[in-house]
Amino acid sequence: MKDSAVEVQNLSVRFGDFTAVDSISFAVRRGEVFGFLGANGAGKTTTIRVLCGLLRPSAGYGSVAGVALDAGEMAIKARVGYMSQKFTLYDDLTVEENLSFIAGLRKLDPAVYAKRRDSILAFITFQRPLNALIRDLPGGIKQQVALAASILHDPEVVFLDEPTAGVTPAARSRFWALIRDLARQGKTIFVTTHYMDEAEQCDRIALMRAGQIVALDTPARLKAEVFPEQLFELEAVSPVHYGDMDGLRDHPDVAFFEPYGMRFHVALRKTVGGENLRRELASRFRVQAISPTLEDVFIRTVEGERR
Amino acid sequence: MATSIAIRVHEVHKKLGTTQALAGVSLQFERGRMHGVIGPEGAGKTTLMRTVLGLLTPDAGSVGFYRDGVPLRFEEIRASVAYMPQTQSLYADLSIDEHLEFFRKLYGIDAAEYRARRKELLEITQLGPFVERAAGKLSGGMYKKLGLMCALLRSPEVMLLDEPTNGVDPISRREFWDLLYRLADRGILIIITTAYMDEAERCSVVHLIARGKTVAEGEPRELLARAHVSSFDQLFLRQDEVAS
Repeated sequence: MKDSAVEVQNLSVRFGDFTAVDSISFAVRRGEVFGFLGANGAGKTTTIRVLCGLLRPSAGYGSVAGVALDAGEMAIKARVGYMSQKFTLYDDLTVEENLSFIAGLRKLDPAVYAKRRDSILAFITFQRPLNALIRDLPGGIKQQVALAASILHDPEVVFLDEPTAGVTPAARSRFWALIRDLARQGKTIFVTTHYMDEAEQCDRIALMRAGQIVALDTPARLKAEVFPEQLFELEAVSPVHYGDMDGLRDHPDVAFFEPYGMRFHVALRKTVGGENLRRELASRFRVQAISPTLEDVFIRTVEGERR
Repeated sequence: MATSIAIRVHEVHKKLGTTQALAGVSLQFERGRMHGVIGPEGAGKTTLMRTVLGLLTPDAGSVGFYRDGVPLRFEEIRASVAYMPQTQSLYADLSIDEHLEFFRKLYGIDAAEYRARRKELLEITQLGPFVERAAGKLSGGMYKKLGLMCALLRSPEVMLLDEPTNGVDPISRREFWDLLYRLADRGILIIITTAYMDEAERCSVVHLIARGKTVAEGEPRELLARAHVSSFDQLFLRQDEVAS
């Protein structure tokens, strides 16, 4: 598969008797923005660490940017960039000091470094002095500099692990514009996030649960697959107690129930009971047909089998 | 709980170092509603929480507590106000049970009341099976629930939670909100801050904060309709455009 930037077959990672990643297989196309979602502890970060050459898989095959995972970690590391929510830049160093430190680690030639630095800072439209301390930058700018640092060595695949936690909506929107630009330039973006509106902007999404990939598709197709029934939003006509909804939550004809504050997303089974329930609900609630959000998809997929 | 607690924040200013963290913020919180203080990083949310709690003194303006409309001194209500800070001071090597025991002693709760409270809290948080587990070995969502449980040991009438769902996955977030709504059912005044704009819709009243001021308040859907936007992200993006 020549167009695959990341390819994984039956990849497993075990720590002692704990299986963190359980025989997963998938491929990411070159230039794709690939979202990697799952509950905390589902195995996302472990997978990323394997794909960055930081951790050896216990079993299975994988390649990143055309390099097999067993080709040696240095071969992989040269071709991937990594940015995590924490620990990316030194707060008490300047922008220039941080970038040149990373260039040193990456063994970039000084002339190449200066050129790359200037073009990347232009790309993120960085307009502050290069000798500004990282700790004096606003969260959004800091995050863009961290992105710049992760692509300084011109990697083919960029891994972003919860890159936008805690920054302003304006900064998040700007960051995603940069990500899409990078993808258009042919870089492959592999991103994890807990923000479902960001997941919405990915070309495809993989959902992980307990070490396995339980769903993988475009956001639109995932919604259609996971919700074959019509989804409704209920809003109480007269004030209700939250606890009063428990009867509906546990109702045998309710296929999905998710509170959004005091509004409730509900899917009913395609049964006679479900149809009766719909009529009954219409007398107590304002009922509106809606399309599922990715949050609904996430919850039903990741948690669904528990009910 | 038959009484009704309200908090009024009036024109509060607070400077921290060279930053004007609060620049004349006014808000009102009332019992029986889930209040969301929504705003991006640096908007002044934490400073506001700490000022309401009396941990910071306003440079100007006032914070007032009321029971059934009658003003209270903060000392009269202090024991009924619980706070869950953003970064929690839990002990990594103490178990859930040891934490509860520690906070029981700290708050001087009597044994019978403690037993009933402990049982109830373990039930609603579903942490019962994990009482022996050390806090350092809990998942992010469970750790937050333990923090909440410690804050709830004293049967508060008012709860302030500072970004309790930050960095927590959607499943744990939903469990946490579920818990909060069950507490609100019992008549506890809940004030929660969040930087997740999509969580704004889960509150019954939202107070949008930016640059130390309230920029909008009201029922979430009404606010969006009034501003002709479909999400709180868009609403804040517009604020930024106006400001720049």
